Amino acid sequence: MAEEKEPLFSKQNRALLTDPLDDNNPISVQVLGICSALAITVQLKPALVMSIAVLFVVIASNVIVSLIRNLIPGRIRIIVQLLIVASLVILVDQILKAYAYDVSKELSVFVGLIITNCIVMGRLEAFALANGPWKSFLDGVGNGAGYALILVLVAFFRELLGSGKLFGFEVLGHKAKTLADSTGLYAMGYENNGFMLLSPMALITVGIIIWVQRSRNRKLIEN
Amino acid sequence: MMDYINIFVKSIFIDNMVFAYFLGMCSYLAVSKTVNTAVGLGAAVIFVLVVTVPVNFLLDTYLLKPGALQWLGTEYASIDLSFLSFIMFIAVIASMVQLVEMIVERFAPALYGALGIFLPLIAVNCAILGGSLFMQQKDFSNVGESAVYGLGSGIGWFLAILAIAAIREKIAYSNVPAPLKGLGITFIITGLMAIGFMSFSGIKL
Repeated sequence: MAEEKEPLFSKQNRALLTDPLDDNNPISVQVLGICSALAITVQLKPALVMSIAVLFVVIASNVIVSLIRNLIPGRIRIIVQLLIVASLVILVDQILKAYAYDVSKELSVFVGLIITNCIVMGRLEAFALANGPWKSFLDGVGNGAGYALILVLVAFFRELLGSGKLFGFEVLGHKAKTLADSTGLYAMGYENNGFMLLSPMALITVGIIIWVQRSRNRKLIEN
Repeated sequence: MMDYINIFVKSIFIDNMVFAYFLGMCSYLAVSKTVNTAVGLGAAVIFVLVVTVPVNFLLDTYLLKPGALQWLGTEYASIDLSFLSFIMFIAVIASMVQLVEMIVERFAPALYGALGIFLPLIAVNCAILGGSLFMQQKDFSNVGESAVYGLGSGIGWFLAILAIAAIREKIAYSNVPAPLKGLGITFIITGLMAIGFMSFSGIKL
């Protein structure tokens, strides 16, 4: 195969890594994996844990499916892929329950929903079934990172504006019952925007991110 | 009877799959360009949810829950297979979708022609697996309640995709800023619709 002769990080392979971060972002351009992206972005910590979980599942399933891609009969490939992904997700779920129980409680059903996360299935169908393991690995890393990027960005704004915290730390100062006892911005009468914590604002935040991205990158505009 | 109505109304409006939990967003965004296709997909989702949620409920009650294997004998009462639920649920959903596809193809070719391309898509629709996972959390007391929950969630999803498809057909004639066209404005409209649906959340049944 010709592709094995090219260096591990050829230009083409680097593009596999960097494209999903902006030009071909799984969430804002390919419109994949929105379901879970929105529900768990109230705070940074669950968003980060979710990103790592999805990153792991995308990479592992991409590599596994790519290794056995010539053995899977075309008609039943969806079920085969779903079973591989489901086993990986069970692994993630059990690890989370064992080592990060409170985060796992917070993510509740959304860990299970990684199975039907369109990023995983979409990349398997579109990439892993047609490419070798190393390329699929890079594709998995790229798309997982692109997903993580949007997730962390949305969670950053929602947690900062909604509760004035980042990772649970009060970065904008402490809000006490009276103005005199408060510190930081709160001493000047700043108030948290509780609306950011409600689910509709996740949609609107993603909408605004898409707006900003497409204003910068004109070729992504739909006509 | 009151219980059923309660679950039904709640799953349509208050716990709406799209507006409260963002489930099934991928196909919601991809297949909502025209009302006709949206109706087709919505109907298929209702159907699959009504079938899979009760089946998975039975599976959960008699196989997966901690202590569910008691009917086999007391020595099995301590077995907890709940870690297998993801793989069992998704296997049921994938095979049900396949089955539904074959039945519809055999007995209602016209409907198959209309739904054809959407049926396989449904296996990987988060709303379907989400329905089963929420069912597991909600601890329904019998199959009927889980079936009503499946029906309600399906109708909720149907309403959501129907509404956004109608709005998108209208908005095609509006002057939206170029970078917001298509995906961006759809997100923002969905956000506004979700705010509207939040007004149901005060209802206590």
